[in-house]
Amino acid sequence: MSTATQHPTTPAATAYPSPSLLRLATAGSVDDGKSTLVGRLLHDTKSVLADQMAAVEQASRRRGWTGELADLALLTDGLRAEREQGITIDVAYRYFATARRSFILADCPGHVQYTRNTVTGASTADVVVVLVDARNGVVEQTRRHLAVIGLLRAPHVVVALNKIDLVEDAEAVHAGVSADVAALARTFGIEDVRVVPVSALLGDNVVERSSRTPWYAGPTLLELLETLPAESEVDEPLRFPVQLVIRPQQGAVDPAFVDYRGYAGHVASGAVSVGDEVVVSPSGLRTTVTGIDRGGVSVERAEAPLSVTLRLADQLDISRGDLIAGAAEAPHPVQQAEAVLCWLAEAPLVPGARVLVKHGTRTVRARVTALHERLDVAAMEVVPVTGGAELNDLVRVSLTLAEPLPLEDYALSRDGGSLLVVDPHDGTTLAAGMVGAELRV
Amino acid sequence: MTTLTRETAYLEETADRPTAGTDLLDALESEAVHIIREVVAELERPVLLFSGGKDSVVMLHLAAKAVWPARVPFPVMHVDTGHNFPEVLAFRDATVERLGVELVVASVQDYLDDGRLRERADGTRNPLQTLPLLDAIEEHRFDGVFGGGRRDEDKARAKERVVSLRDAFGQWDPKNQRPELWRLYNTRHRPGEHVRVFPLSNWTELDIWRYIAREGIELPELYYAHEREVFERDGMLLSPGPWTTPRKGEEVTTRTVRYRTVGDMSCTGAVLSEARDVDAVIAEVAATTITERGATRADDRISEAAMEDRKKEGYF
Repeated sequence: MSTATQHPTTPAATAYPSPSLLRLATAGSVDDGKSTLVGRLLHDTKSVLADQMAAVEQASRRRGWTGELADLALLTDGLRAEREQGITIDVAYRYFATARRSFILADCPGHVQYTRNTVTGASTADVVVVLVDARNGVVEQTRRHLAVIGLLRAPHVVVALNKIDLVEDAEAVHAGVSADVAALARTFGIEDVRVVPVSALLGDNVVERSSRTPWYAGPTLLELLETLPAESEVDEPLRFPVQLVIRPQQGAVDPAFVDYRGYAGHVASGAVSVGDEVVVSPSGLRTTVTGIDRGGVSVERAEAPLSVTLRLADQLDISRGDLIAGAAEAPHPVQQAEAVLCWLAEAPLVPGARVLVKHGTRTVRARVTALHERLDVAAMEVVPVTGGAELNDLVRVSLTLAEPLPLEDYALSRDGGSLLVVDPHDGTTLAAGMVGAELRV
Repeated sequence: MTTLTRETAYLEETADRPTAGTDLLDALESEAVHIIREVVAELERPVLLFSGGKDSVVMLHLAAKAVWPARVPFPVMHVDTGHNFPEVLAFRDATVERLGVELVVASVQDYLDDGRLRERADGTRNPLQTLPLLDAIEEHRFDGVFGGGRRDEDKARAKERVVSLRDAFGQWDPKNQRPELWRLYNTRHRPGEHVRVFPLSNWTELDIWRYIAREGIELPELYYAHEREVFERDGMLLSPGPWTTPRKGEEVTTRTVRYRTVGDMSCTGAVLSEARDVDAVIAEVAATTITERGATRADDRISEAAMEDRKKEGYF
């Protein structure tokens, strides 16, 4: 008989060490060999098991594949329509691990009409891998991907310069692409970008170092992914959006807890310790943290991204949607904001639209009062909006909120500066918003 | 061999050491707890699908941690094919009793008895679960249904959102899913629609086992190696019983086996294993060369798109 739930063991017991986690996203089209690269990463890290490989080999033969290895792209296309059409329609999630790290990979289709997929993958990524075909160098689509990744502020970008086996002077191509990419990174505000020459098809510099690139002294793609620092919000100010008030009364697991009152949420950024003074937004009331519980275990300190429950010194009026912040660095609730929206819906956005905005754990009514300029991703120009915004448009807007929200600059906090725009009638997700962001080309 | 630069020399020195960062299990647990709490806060009538299988046991454990020291504030539901391992059924009832949660049973057998469903030619009842599941969701007006599905299990699951909309007919439209960004989950839906919620989306089989070890979570005994009478069919070891009678030429022998998944007894296979405790299972899973479903589920071997087709109709 287990009593684990009532009396959980200490978390992070040293007896069961587990690796750290890195979230990555890939961007690029089928033609760049992205699916092959992802398949190669999975295959060469031995994350593809025998029955999966057998199925892929069988499917490759059925489709007339004559290459030595199976068509690794088939490892990642999950839907019937994708296999039939030979394209990737939607973001797929893959998992692989090495001794150093576990990886969650969001595999994003890269066609121009799928900007929403790149935005989705990049929103949670520590690292985005962008595919560039060595025969073509930096093309329009590369610029588009880097513009979106810069806007979403993924901490690291790795350009996989693919098909180096198909170009004459790979070293010169690598140097040229590196210079082009560095210039674009400056334009789009990407702080860390590296270019790794690879052949996904042959496996060069993906996991194993290549003998074809003696001039390249840097790490392989996997070595980079294993060692790049994961995004850490621990050094940012404390932000703790309250999800639930836990007040079990007669519904407690033990009569000892009938008077328990705690505020459940996750440490979105920063860290919190017992004894810290905190301020509650939007009320502005101050109090002190008297306890931190992690599913029945009391801890002294919790840092991002842990989910915990806080106990506070005073019985304040705090409910879902409130934000608990460090007393010295609390955000100011606002009712007017400017944001860049990535419009995700088929129906166009028009000025004056009535929507819902979800920020942290609070959802409020809002109006999109004005549309300013949009990024024309085909022409790579920022142009004034005439009329409305369409699916996949990146557009800067003004928002008026029915109730104040503690919005922060997305550049300073991915968590505090991100919002969803939702259709009040049917609940459709209409847009992803980045507060205070600018459109650049 | 090229001369090592300082960077590559460092890489080789540290190759078998974990990179610093958030502990994987802490990150996965916190993500799942966050998801569960969002659903408890935003939906009126959540329910958690609970079969007594390891993933649903872990999910219920996470739900209990998410709301501690309150009791789990929603019922659990078992879509019962009628082909149960008796020890799993006993485990299910004991767990529900211990946590003080309400159990709803949707019974495939009832549907077969009154003719609303008919047995399939191949005898498997897993695909038959969809109708009783959807009827129970409608009858109880459940608007958020927690499932233990993991994206690493299947290609179609790899495309599924954490919070995934189902239309008024319970159908999944894989080509028209809501984008899911940051940690902002959208649970909104129209009356009659509901959302399926998968808090374990980002967990792998190995993560599940490491977490079971770390938390000391109890499971049905058949997840660990034991002696059992089995016979081989289509490369799988099946346990003879009222629903799986050995055919001519299928010899019943006693082997040391364990189950990697626990489902409908007629189509869930055992694997040869000496792993009698959780540490041994972790070692075995880490070294395996066959996927969980490939090794143990006859119904998923039918076609490349077996899972996608079932999911579109409203399956888990």
